[in-house]
Amino acid sequence: MAGTLWRPILFTENAVSDRPNDLSLEKFRRMVRIREFETVAEAIHAAGEVPGALHTYTGQEATGVGACIALRSDDYMVGNHRSHGHPIAKGAKLRPLMAELLGKVTGVCKGKGGSMHLSDFSVGSLGETSIVGSGIPVAAGAALGAKLQRNGRVSLCFFGDGASNEGAFHEGLNLAAVWKLPAIFLCENNGYAVSTPVSGSMAIVNIADRGRAYGIPSAIVDGQDVDAVEEAVAAAVDRARAGGGPTLLESKTYRYADHAVNMGRLTLNRGPEVEVWRKRDPILMYRARLLEGGIAASVLNAIVEEVKLEVQDALAFARESAYPSQLEAFDDVFVERLPIPAWLSEDII
Amino acid sequence: MARATYLEAIRQAQMEEMQRDSRVFIMGEDIICNVFGTTTGFVDMFGAERVLDTPISENGFIGASAGAAMVGARPIVDVTISSFLYPAMDQIISIIAKSRYIYGGQARLPLVIRCCLFYGNSNAAQHSDRPYSMFMNVPGLKIIVPSDPVDMKGMLKVAIRDDDPVLCFEDSTCWSSKADLPTDPDFLIPLGKGDVKREGTDVSVIAVAGAVPLALKAAQKLAGLGISAEIIDPRSLVPLDRDLILKSVRKTGRAITVDPAHQTCSAASEISAMIAEFAFDALRGPVLRVATADTHLPFSPAIEKSLYPSVDRIVTAACRLVGVEHFDSAQGTV
Repeated sequence: MAGTLWRPILFTENAVSDRPNDLSLEKFRRMVRIREFETVAEAIHAAGEVPGALHTYTGQEATGVGACIALRSDDYMVGNHRSHGHPIAKGAKLRPLMAELLGKVTGVCKGKGGSMHLSDFSVGSLGETSIVGSGIPVAAGAALGAKLQRNGRVSLCFFGDGASNEGAFHEGLNLAAVWKLPAIFLCENNGYAVSTPVSGSMAIVNIADRGRAYGIPSAIVDGQDVDAVEEAVAAAVDRARAGGGPTLLESKTYRYADHAVNMGRLTLNRGPEVEVWRKRDPILMYRARLLEGGIAASVLNAIVEEVKLEVQDALAFARESAYPSQLEAFDDVFVERLPIPAWLSEDII
Repeated sequence: MARATYLEAIRQAQMEEMQRDSRVFIMGEDIICNVFGTTTGFVDMFGAERVLDTPISENGFIGASAGAAMVGARPIVDVTISSFLYPAMDQIISIIAKSRYIYGGQARLPLVIRCCLFYGNSNAAQHSDRPYSMFMNVPGLKIIVPSDPVDMKGMLKVAIRDDDPVLCFEDSTCWSSKADLPTDPDFLIPLGKGDVKREGTDVSVIAVAGAVPLALKAAQKLAGLGISAEIIDPRSLVPLDRDLILKSVRKTGRAITVDPAHQTCSAASEISAMIAEFAFDALRGPVLRVATADTHLPFSPAIEKSLYPSVDRIVTAACRLVGVEHFDSAQGTV
């Protein structure tokens, strides 16, 4: 029995959002959009339509959406292999994301990135990088670029608990601290690095404690509560924009599925903790809060129905789209296309 | 025109490009104190914001250069000595080389990573590396290895203006070489264009980085022996000027590749294979490699220097190729 149960730290159980109502509905919509996208992605992966691995974001929706809703649309964002939730949270269109899962040329990466790399630069993304921790120095560099260009943007990096044991985490945080960069490092602590619980890879309980070592203000936030995440990130963003430097946030959250689909079942039996976490499901919790705040159930139900249609539209688009031509394999290595090897060009030209 | 060294060429290239384009900035370890003299006066000229000292944190700041480049800045990263690239292999290969590709062309990474090849001076195995060929095995990185001050200035300027990542390897055995440097701020040498450093008819010597001056000295000696050697400097390894090399080999019918790197999977090996593959019909003997022996570089000067390519090894190789038309390949490489 691997696995550690930790008690979520609740900062804002009764917090009242001071943001306008329409943003609340937008947060709800984006979380539902991620959940529905992942539900469909798992189904088509199981049916053999999606090549390669699939790492789903289900359960972590409040972290992605809470963080992105606190960003401006032109702020930068770097994510990781669990890449589906981040662009959806930042407002990306679903069609290119779904088409990428199927390896189609209309995919956001023209079919060259796939499930682990759903990065949409049009919404400020600078990559969803699948080498654990490798996005952290990149996010620091984007913050450096923003500072040098005085464009007022901030750079937010999503990474997991496992990434905080990589050298890149320490190097990236230290650089951001010493150069006072407008960066927000947001650890999505979902409890496990593949199958290894946090307790098996660190001698401390909270990743946020590591911020102190670099002189970076840190906080722990309830990752199931979209308002709490938004509030914490908004404070970090304000500090960063004001020249106050980086912040390390640790969002305590949980992924319901295996590290990657079909990967964990043999090695990981998480027991009853899954059900404990499901009771604090980010979408259920937020739905209850919205209802309590006077939003009609019919409004929320309508959003769910709209999102379902949207995801089905994306899937139809992805299915109808063409695969890339073989020439595409030689594009984007450099700005200019590479020469095609003679043995290959005979077949395709 | 003014006489200047290879190091001064680096300084001028960086200075001119930083003057030309305010998006260009430089960072690295001890840039401000200016260890090798390639950033003299830069803080006064460009301000501390564009001349950044970094922590000893190669994976961090090389990775940061990628992020800065993706958002529109144009970083030059000074990594001092080439072995210091190794802590940053993750960022160089998984991020810098692959980001444009894996995101379907959405990313642009206009950055230059500079480092010197610091060998031949008793710095022992960890500080004497010539690792460019390792990076030739990774698509997505342009690689330049200029061997004289003029090429250095013209190519480094182009590297800084290029929209792709470029690794610039600076051979420390060339540091004090001097040449008349063009002062035209738009003096540019395109990447992927090799240069015939000396014309000849009997044997093509394709030399890389610090092996070029050795090959030129060898050519002088060979001329005294009645052998006319043509010296080709590819100048950039990615892209590689295959046409120039093959044209020369087709003319002379003989080829020697000279490379300060360890022989196995060296640039010399790749160029030799390319010649064997595409100009086999023109060859009058085997393609010979003169590279560094496949062992580590020892500290003691008594046993370090003989491991590298030398003028004598190049002369010997050329004599064997030219003098023995049916060279016995069972004897192996020189």
